[in-house]
Amino acid sequence: MKKRLSTKKVAFLGLSASLALLLSWIEFLLPPLYAAVPGIKIGLPNVVILVVLYLVGTKEAAAVSLVRLCVSSLLFGNPVMFVYSAAGAVLSLLLMILLKKLDQLSTVGVSVAGGVAHNIGQTVVAMLLLDTPQIAYYLIVLTVTGTISGIFIGLCGAFLTKRLSKTKFFHVNK
Amino acid sequence: MKKNANNKISPVTASRGNGRKIKNDVIFIAALLILAALAALALFVFRSEGDFVTVTVNGQLYGEYSLSENRRVEINQGENYNILVIEDGYASIETASCPDGICSSHRPVKHGGESIICLPNKVVIEVHSASNGAPDIIA
Repeated sequence: MKKRLSTKKVAFLGLSASLALLLSWIEFLLPPLYAAVPGIKIGLPNVVILVVLYLVGTKEAAAVSLVRLCVSSLLFGNPVMFVYSAAGAVLSLLLMILLKKLDQLSTVGVSVAGGVAHNIGQTVVAMLLLDTPQIAYYLIVLTVTGTISGIFIGLCGAFLTKRLSKTKFFHVNK
Repeated sequence: MKKNANNKISPVTASRGNGRKIKNDVIFIAALLILAALAALALFVFRSEGDFVTVTVNGQLYGEYSLSENRRVEINQGENYNILVIEDGYASIETASCPDGICSSHRPVKHGGESIICLPNKVVIEVHSASNGAPDIIA
């Protein structure tokens, strides 16, 4: 028999997706941190994706990421923004899943890799869409900022995961 | 879906007693930063003064302008415009119709391979140097 999604999980994932969406919106409202290089972001929604990835599982994290991506593009983006976000989100998610499976880095390292991968994905799409390989120069700055924000997001995610895993909610088997 | 998930969770994220992963993290982060620093250094060392800029709109070449003479170029595409200014060997965008203003706040460029990119209007300003056959390629 096919295993059903427990109500609890549905509720938690729904909550996660809306939280990720809310964080996307907050990030959307923030002014660009450094106007000369587009694409510098804190990556707040990634906190939620990280927590779901570590607390629930790979498929669930992918689902939350997908929902966030689609709804945030619909609400405050445009098709072009969707392509950029999708490239970043997919690459970042795949790398984070892989690194988590390899189990060599802590949450912070995984988050840094995710952040930088997000930037790489977006840069590659920009290079393809604009047909301008020079955009790769942005990666130098973006790697540094992605690393810094990745550390911050990773710490947030690690603390949240640690605290949440001790709550009653996660002690009952899913 | 995960059995005994709780038993597994805490060690994964515990910040203490997990020295190996933290060490790997530090190595990984340091490697990224060193890579970025090396790339920046390489760009700085191998840069050369540019001779002319090319303007590309939506992937199509719009025009070529020498950096040695001062001029003002209006790049119009219907409602959208970017005003390119070349002054004292530097190229910059003075004003533009794009909502983010990233291109107009970009510092003036003059070295080969440097560029100003306006994503909303799909305008790319690129500096080229005639002396070098392939100025845009990072060493």
